[in-house]
Amino acid sequence: MSSPLLELKQISVSFEGFLALRDLDLVLNKGDLRAVIGPNGAGKTTFLDVITGKVLPTKGDVIFKEKSLLGQKEFRIARKGIGRKFQSPRIFENLSVQENLALSVSRPKTPLSLLMNSLKVKHLDQIQHLMSIVNLQSKANIRAGALSHGQKQWLEIAMLVGQDPDLLLVDEPVAGLTDEETDLTADLLKSLAGDHTVLVIDHDMEFIRRLDCPVSVLHQGHVLKEGSMSEIQKDPLVIEVYLGQSEEEE
Amino acid sequence: MSIFSTKKSWINLTIWVLIIALIIAAPALLPVFRLNLLGRYLSLAIVALGVDLIWGFTGMLSLGQGIFFALGGYCAAMFLQLNSSGQFPNGIPEFFGLYGVEKLPFFWEPFKSSIFTLISIWLLPAIIAGLLGYLVFRNRIKGVYFSILTQAALLVFFNFFNGQQKLINGTNGLKTDVTQLFGQMVGSEIMQRWFFWISAILVIFAWFFARWIVRDRFGNILIGIRDDEARVRFTGYNPVIFKTIIFSIAGGLAGISGALYTVQSGIVSPQFMTVPFSIEMVVWVAVGGRGTLLGAILGAVLINYAKSLVSEALPASWMFIQGGLFILVVTALPEGVLGWIRKGGLKKLLFLIGINRKLETYPSLEVNEEGEVKP
Repeated sequence: MSSPLLELKQISVSFEGFLALRDLDLVLNKGDLRAVIGPNGAGKTTFLDVITGKVLPTKGDVIFKEKSLLGQKEFRIARKGIGRKFQSPRIFENLSVQENLALSVSRPKTPLSLLMNSLKVKHLDQIQHLMSIVNLQSKANIRAGALSHGQKQWLEIAMLVGQDPDLLLVDEPVAGLTDEETDLTADLLKSLAGDHTVLVIDHDMEFIRRLDCPVSVLHQGHVLKEGSMSEIQKDPLVIEVYLGQSEEEE
Repeated sequence: MSIFSTKKSWINLTIWVLIIALIIAAPALLPVFRLNLLGRYLSLAIVALGVDLIWGFTGMLSLGQGIFFALGGYCAAMFLQLNSSGQFPNGIPEFFGLYGVEKLPFFWEPFKSSIFTLISIWLLPAIIAGLLGYLVFRNRIKGVYFSILTQAALLVFFNFFNGQQKLINGTNGLKTDVTQLFGQMVGSEIMQRWFFWISAILVIFAWFFARWIVRDRFGNILIGIRDDEARVRFTGYNPVIFKTIIFSIAGGLAGISGALYTVQSGIVSPQFMTVPFSIEMVVWVAVGGRGTLLGAILGAVLINYAKSLVSEALPASWMFIQGGLFILVVTALPEGVLGWIRKGGLKKLLFLIGINRKLETYPSLEVNEEGEVKP
């Protein structure tokens, strides 16, 4: 088997003495779909911050495609192939759907290229394709700020895919979505895995179950348990810290 | 954002026709004193375009554009002084004699060349803005801290220029109206008419240039930086480079503006670097309409014209009126006059005062949405 796409080695993050992450290890292989769950304050978002270069870990190393990411600027990490979706949808509200996507698919991402070259045909096609996978073709020229919450989430996912990343980090993609939208989002993420490696953070259990993928449980900055959803739900330790309430659902 | 989108383009076209008609008719209609004032205001519109690029589009409120404005003015004035100092002792500008300076300071030397001067008028402010901007943006200083920092930089420059009598005549500044250019006195009527034309043409060029910058994806990244800089970064763009470039461009525009203003007002002095003047530049853009470019031109010309008319009639009251205007715009027309007109403000006003009885309702919404469609 080839080397993993992403490897976190013994990551610790300390905010003025408070350990947000504690000796965290995680391995993702190419094409994996992985869910990370954990109670509030378990360090889920910090963990994404470390991968994307927003937070520098106090200890440990992040290896992506066999190279360390530590100390690299966020935009360089993004260009290496890591896309990140934020918890609340972050899109460019004053640009149209199409313009949002154009910024994401443009290459190279240098000022001169943006100023001098017009968008290539292959990129225009890519924009059409992206809009079709998230059902936004009819909204191409609508200001993104006027979209519904769910459409904004999807637009942001489409922007991620447009960056053509090897690794997609998706933070709470279904927060505030209707059940139907949640199901569609789950299907969308599943279809993206394979071509991409996808890591989803959420605490909507139904949604995670629907993703049908290995789950890592994060607790107090540490991976408590890894396994399938059904294994996780039987684990007494996990039940104790987090899943207690979902027993009755079974 | 296309210029050809229906409603917006009609408003733009109307305003352009008015501006061009004004520019063509002005030299015939206005006495030379008024023409000179209009030329000055047109040159101020160029610095306002730069303020619109960095503030209206990119969201960086600079209160230090006076630095770059004054630098452009000093470049032009140094050249003109050297160009007409042959008859003075040592062949150097007259004021040096007052301070016992006999040798031209080294940095004056290159300004003997007209080509060097023409380039340095915009390049020097652009480089200084670029350096200053790069250091600030690299350290992720933004928002109100950026504004304070630019204002502090302005004060540093002001005090430095104010104190350097032996280098640049300190607080007295450099006069240009009695200097010579092409065998003519710079302050003469014929030269002033020329400077009016040059200002008018350069405003239009500057508008096309700014328009070209914001027209497509580059402009969208600027808007993206204004709305959500982190998203720009995680999309793979380096905001520092974009901000540095646009700040540098605004600096270059300020330099051109300052040079044109100097030759038309007859003097450059550290007064160009006072805090109120740099804040006024922001007020012009806010009143005209942020992020509209054309609004910056309108704001600069109209407010300054109003300023001169009001100051002639009621000398003490202009500051009150300007302050009131600013408050009115911020509270009642947050998108500025042009933004308000584009949103159908004139129609609503006509309706309110009972002239136009038909208020556009639902169908006009569709037109508005169409208005943003790309061809």
